[in-house]
Amino acid sequence: MLFTSVDDVSARLAETGYLASPAVATTVFLADRLGKPLLVEGPAGVGKTELAKAVAEVARARLVRLQCYEGVDESRALYEWNHAKQLLRISAGRDETWDEARTDIFSEEFLLSRPLLTAIRGDEPTVLLIDETDKADVEVEGLLLEVLSDFQVTVPELGTITASRRPFVVLTSNASRELSEALRRRCLFLHIGFPEEELERRIVRLRVPGLDEALAKSVVRVVGALRAMDLRKVPSVAETIDWARTLLALGADHLDETVVRDSLGVLLKHQDDILKAGAKLDLDAV
Amino acid sequence: MSTAERLTSLVGTLRAHGVRIGTGETVDAAQAVEALGLADRERLREGLAATLLHGTAQRQVFDPVFDLYFPRGVGAPDETSGDRDDLRERLAKALAANDETLMARLAAEAVDGFGGYGNSPASDGWSSYQTLDRLRPQTLLARVRDDVRGQQGMSGFTDRLLEDELRRRIEAFRALVAAEARRRVAERRGRDEIARRAVAPTTDRVDFLFAGKDRLAELRRTVQPLARKLATRLAARRRRAARGSIDLRRTLRGSLSTGGVPMKPVLRRRRPARPELVLLCDVSGSVSGFSDFTMLLVQALHDQFSKVRVFAFVNRLDEITRLLEHGAADPEGLGARIRAEATLTGWHGSSDYGVALGEFASRYADALSPRTTVFVLGDARTNMSDPNLPAVREITERARHVYWLNPEARAQWGTGDSAAYEYAESVEMHECRNVRQLSALVGRLLPI
Repeated sequence: MLFTSVDDVSARLAETGYLASPAVATTVFLADRLGKPLLVEGPAGVGKTELAKAVAEVARARLVRLQCYEGVDESRALYEWNHAKQLLRISAGRDETWDEARTDIFSEEFLLSRPLLTAIRGDEPTVLLIDETDKADVEVEGLLLEVLSDFQVTVPELGTITASRRPFVVLTSNASRELSEALRRRCLFLHIGFPEEELERRIVRLRVPGLDEALAKSVVRVVGALRAMDLRKVPSVAETIDWARTLLALGADHLDETVVRDSLGVLLKHQDDILKAGAKLDLDAV
Repeated sequence: MSTAERLTSLVGTLRAHGVRIGTGETVDAAQAVEALGLADRERLREGLAATLLHGTAQRQVFDPVFDLYFPRGVGAPDETSGDRDDLRERLAKALAANDETLMARLAAEAVDGFGGYGNSPASDGWSSYQTLDRLRPQTLLARVRDDVRGQQGMSGFTDRLLEDELRRRIEAFRALVAAEARRRVAERRGRDEIARRAVAPTTDRVDFLFAGKDRLAELRRTVQPLARKLATRLAARRRRAARGSIDLRRTLRGSLSTGGVPMKPVLRRRRPARPELVLLCDVSGSVSGFSDFTMLLVQALHDQFSKVRVFAFVNRLDEITRLLEHGAADPEGLGARIRAEATLTGWHGSSDYGVALGEFASRYADALSPRTTVFVLGDARTNMSDPNLPAVREITERARHVYWLNPEARAQWGTGDSAAYEYAESVEMHECRNVRQLSALVGRLLPI
């Protein structure tokens, strides 16, 4: 058990600089208590990956990361036999019998463990982060099922390796593909949305310490208004922080039309959106 | 009612709303309740959501159902004033301060004070509509705005955001009133019934034909993510199809170098030709929500096809491909612009499938080729006029596939002026009532 209560989760995550909403804190606590993997979904830039990093830091655990992409496979995710080394071993021991060589080249020494196996085999506390699970092909999900439900990996030549200590597993997804029902069933589901105004203000203040309170408040309110508009890509927390940093760098001590118009590109990434937001916020009124 | 019982009936209701929950998850949820305790309601809500739900869209069903099974309180609120002006006064303060707990309490008082109707046990109840109609929270906007400005002064740039923010707070208050009214009704009528009947379904199960304006706007927002999902599904199908069957001739030819033993199978190569798509959309009032949505979806998928052509009709037919390309930026005005810029009606305004299909077959026959897939979108209600089956047959002969997506329930087909079964004889017709069915059909029927 990493945490004793939900409050404990929020307090200790806050120490590392991750301000968790009540939903996040509750779900992290449950994932720890029930020993289930945590599937985190949400728009880009709300801190899904950060959450895993923060939990690892809190638990003083090793962070093992599997970055998924299209075409990631067993040999990248789970384990691989070190063929070159096996060949060397065979040619080094020329005069031994076949049985000796065979049992020897399929031993631990020749196994290259990839993130999933690494996370299972360690004795120290481990946080396993499977990032952007939706980018991987459907076949990889099948691979994850054994790891996530029983925390074990079967290597045909060696047998089944079971985790001596269950890792804390975090899967993230941008929902670009629907994950299979089987995978979802094994996980606790957490959707991280955009934070409430008050929480976002605290996040901005924490991440951009030089910004004064009143300006932080205005920044968050403008971002909130942009999110309510029907834009192609609404600004996320990461963009809010970038904008706050930009304003600090520009030396702005309050918002006005010129400042907002000049720096809107930090928040919005499409020209259509910038035009639309400009019209809605009356930036041309000056 | 014990907590376990409460939990299982909550799960039962969620299942009735189409959320798939297994016994394993219910057990997890019970463990979550044990770990979290019942003291903090919001934590309990998050804990149950984490264990029971599998997707973001299910949340909007879960929250109202949770409110019914784990209500904030029981019966009438402790203190009620019953005085409308006093309540409005306090509501104005709560809105100005954005105090959510106070707003929830005021919602409870408001429903108790103004929402009750009827006096016999069988016909009485609580109405959120009546509450809001008497309280009129929207009329507080100007007053609260002036109050806030009076307190803080005209605080520069962000002042222009104030009105929209207040509008959102009032909207939140209305939702609170609706939830409170549901809770009170559930106490009178039995929780299970209300939870099944009075909670709106998830967006992907909303009927196209009965979706209100805001529900349609909500649907339009799901177009992009849905299109992305379908595109990956199509790409995967295409990839699988590319590793297709064995090309026997070339395998045998290659085997000559190994003495006639086919060592290396050669797979048939597929030409990477992308199919063409033609959409015929009925945009008359009754089904326009459905065809607008489908048009936007196809437009969002356009890079999956070599060519997409879209035609709209009511009783005349016109090409609107061009309008749609520009329409992607402003989906809300799309329907109005189609009706304004394309010639869709002759001398009357009701839909006529026979004439429109005939016009397509005669004027735009060049849009059809053996590589074309045609989708007809409409309810096949042709107002008693001739369905013009020869035109449909001509289209099916010239195109590779023709599919008809009908937004009406299958039980309605062929009733009244519907010519659905007549058309279904020559065209493959599918029921397509909501986004869930549409995405399943599009994923299956779209050519690769």
